[in-house]
Amino acid sequence: MKVLITEYLRINLDSELYECRRCNGALGSARETYKRGLLVYDRDPREIHKPLLDPKLYERTYSPHPDWCRILEFYCPHCGTMMEVEYVPPGHPPLHDIELDIDALKEQWKDREEVIEPPIGPVPPRRTHMHGHGHDHGAHSPADTKKN
Amino acid sequence: MNTSIEDNEVTREEAAVRDRFLAENRLFLGPDPEIMRNHSLAPRTEDEERILSQGVDAHQVHQIRGLVNAALTESFQMVNQMGAAPGAKWGDLVTGVFTKSGDLAMISPHGIIGFAICCFYPIKFITKYWMNDPTVGVKEGDGFIHNDARYGGIHNTDQSMMMPLYYKGELLFWLSSTIHEGENGACEPGGMPAAAESKYDEGLKMSPFKVVENYEIKRDLLTFLQNSVRDPKLQLEDMKVKLHATIRLQERMIAILDQFGKDAVVGALRSHLEDVEVEVRRRIRELPDGTTRVNAFMDSTLRENCIQKIQLAITVKGDQMVCDFRGSSPQFMNRAVNTNIASFKAALGTGLLQNVWPDLPHTMAALSPIEIVSDRNSILDADGDMPQAMSLMPLFKACVIFTIPMNKLNYSLPKRYSAVIAQQYDQAATFIYGGLTQHGDVTGNFCSDINGCGQGARSNADGEHSISPVFGFMADAGEQEMCEEDTPIVRLGAQRLARNRIGFGKYRGGLGYEQIATVRDSNIWGFMTGCEGSLFSSTQGLFGGYSSPAYQLCKIKGINIFEVLANEPKRIKEFDIVYLMNERPIPGGKYSTHDMGMTFEMCQEGEVYMICQGTGGGYGDVLERDPALVMKDVAEDLMTHDVAKDIYKVVYDERTLIVDDEATVALRNAYRQERIRRGKSYDQFCAEWVTSEPPATLPYYGSWDDPKTIYGTSGAQRIKMDADKIQGSFMPNPKDLKIAELEAQLERYKEKFGEAV
Ligand SMILES: [Zn+2]
Repeated sequence: MKVLITEYLRINLDSELYECRRCNGALGSARETYKRGLLVYDRDPREIHKPLLDPKLYERTYSPHPDWCRILEFYCPHCGTMMEVEYVPPGHPPLHDIELDIDALKEQWKDREEVIEPPIGPVPPRRTHMHGHGHDHGAHSPADTKKN
Repeated sequence: MNTSIEDNEVTREEAAVRDRFLAENRLFLGPDPEIMRNHSLAPRTEDEERILSQGVDAHQVHQIRGLVNAALTESFQMVNQMGAAPGAKWGDLVTGVFTKSGDLAMISPHGIIGFAICCFYPIKFITKYWMNDPTVGVKEGDGFIHNDARYGGIHNTDQSMMMPLYYKGELLFWLSSTIHEGENGACEPGGMPAAAESKYDEGLKMSPFKVVENYEIKRDLLTFLQNSVRDPKLQLEDMKVKLHATIRLQERMIAILDQFGKDAVVGALRSHLEDVEVEVRRRIRELPDGTTRVNAFMDSTLRENCIQKIQLAITVKGDQMVCDFRGSSPQFMNRAVNTNIASFKAALGTGLLQNVWPDLPHTMAALSPIEIVSDRNSILDADGDMPQAMSLMPLFKACVIFTIPMNKLNYSLPKRYSAVIAQQYDQAATFIYGGLTQHGDVTGNFCSDINGCGQGARSNADGEHSISPVFGFMADAGEQEMCEEDTPIVRLGAQRLARNRIGFGKYRGGLGYEQIATVRDSNIWGFMTGCEGSLFSSTQGLFGGYSSPAYQLCKIKGINIFEVLANEPKRIKEFDIVYLMNERPIPGGKYSTHDMGMTFEMCQEGEVYMICQGTGGGYGDVLERDPALVMKDVAEDLMTHDVAKDIYKVVYDERTLIVDDEATVALRNAYRQERIRRGKSYDQFCAEWVTSEPPATLPYYGSWDDPKTIYGTSGAQRIKMDADKIQGSFMPNPKDLKIAELEAQLERYKEKFGEAV
């Protein structure tokens, strides 16, 4: 029995290991942080959120400040998928963000059927086209591009 | 010899006399912690117990709920159509029905959830203190007003009208109507003064009091309120609008009571609340047991930059859920960015109902089964004496903070109640303004652009651009023309989506738009802005999706754009922030960038102020983004070629936008290998990366690795505190710091060049 945990992670209840949902590679014990099974890279935020204003002219350029904010990128060591990012001040410990009770999880899934494809779930209501100015607000999905 | 009070037997009669004496002689009826720290449903009243123990007819409950919903919708529309506050016009309002005990039962379906989730506090205060007070009392036709968030509410710009509903002489329900009014006589116009350094700078501070008798506003009190704000017309008009909407709601409720009888309606509303609680507990039980966590880092007090951590650990065990915010930043004694815990919970409830369980009815029962834990005197559980006029900063965080830890808790579920969705842009990116209008009226308020935040990406779709505010899923970004009719603000250019400012991911966040504003035909006008996120990205992505970029305030001062446009219409190619700032097409202008926290500042005719609404967080790995979607964003001018190629690694022809699929796959695979090469193992990375304390040069507030140790400052020096003994930090005046810096500079020059300097 495998339980989906995120877009990229699942827990194999039999082996008690985290696994990558892209390459099926085993990552590490489900009883400790999954991040221990991943690779980490400290990204200068200016590489992702590039300065749009000329840094020679201005101190603030739409880029986060590299002395205040770093991007920790977590990769699958087998396939290189970026499974998680964490924005932190320099030197801040990465967060133990998922800590599940594996015994309780086994008990809970004993009577459930395995979920292979995660359900999508309804779109939460937002103001839709009350204001009717005839555009789609950009909620694109692959289905849209097929139409175009 | 030493007889203590306990040794003397106090008779029940004596105790009653003592209690009455103490109650009658309390010096000041401040916010009551017994009310303000409790977000649970009240126990059933005798009536509710009697009715529910007999069982309710589910079909009839459904029918009554439908009718109450219709009544609430009607009263909502009345306020929406007739309200004078800009906020009312865009839907920044709510109407609600409360049980006799003051629990929020139902709100207008399109209303602001948070407003209503905190109106029960003042109603409970009225019930506890005014109901039996011979100098106040509660009777049919009374109306109570309130705005001070310390007695309940989101923040002090929101004013509520609360009315008891009597049926056949018996108090059965409470009704309310709330609008974000804006102006409230604070030290800066518009009601949200970032400059407030104490609660006495916040303007009107209405504890709940009776302002309506026999369904009429008491003129003497109204005059006092008008006298206390910059916009006396607004104060009058909206008090009337809220009163009459509430009266209409009462008429409709009485018709429902006539049709079904008291027991059916009382039973319907109470069972509605209890049903929601039961359902929430069932949903908690469905979740895996365990803990998920998230950190949020705010980077500005709106007066200076500093990191303030908000830390959340959600723990589920069986049908119990605890949201633990301990370890968050300490409060600031002289900064406006604190909030009290009751307001914070209202924002949490909003976030829960908008992003996690949007199918649940909008009542306080959705939050009541969830335990909230916090450190006293932290930024989100601030002492009542702290200023909190810009509580929006932590409150907006609360509106989106559930998205990450709840998605990590509920991703495994076989059935989903909401799409998996990343954070919506979580800043109040709008111009707050004040001054003299072109019609000669004094005013102060804020622009509707606050409602144009980009939506977070979902697991299967991009986020919508500039769709709604984090606090109100149905609020509208309004029409600019209406603002220009009422105020001297002129918007230069259209609401252009902010190119390249994107929460990247497999699916991207919806973009925000640029706001380029100036002023015309006013002798006195000024702007302020209140956002953080100029140094540290504010809005987080999900499952490998990137966060928002940083956003700043840009200005072009010392020019008159109208003269430039009149004399040389072709000089300015387009009103686009990046173009204006980099190309500097207006000669003689002083171009500058700033933190998005700007206290009120005067704007001369034709000077230009520029900010952006922001993007929602991205979802998933950028290398998984469908190249066709990348091309669509380029074609729609949301993104330039360099970003498309560098971030998404797509190989294509820039002219035709035709993708080379094979080359793209190869490039992406090569890039995945590059990641593997440069990534370090977690243990090695932590050994090299993690420091025992925040960097010495970084002004840092909140815990670092241990939630029990809190960093703050005392006399501008860093200190460590135990989490259960947090002291607020008192910040030096940024102008004093600037003066000291300039004086030191001057001394250095004097030493170097002599007195001649
Ligand atoms: Zn993998």
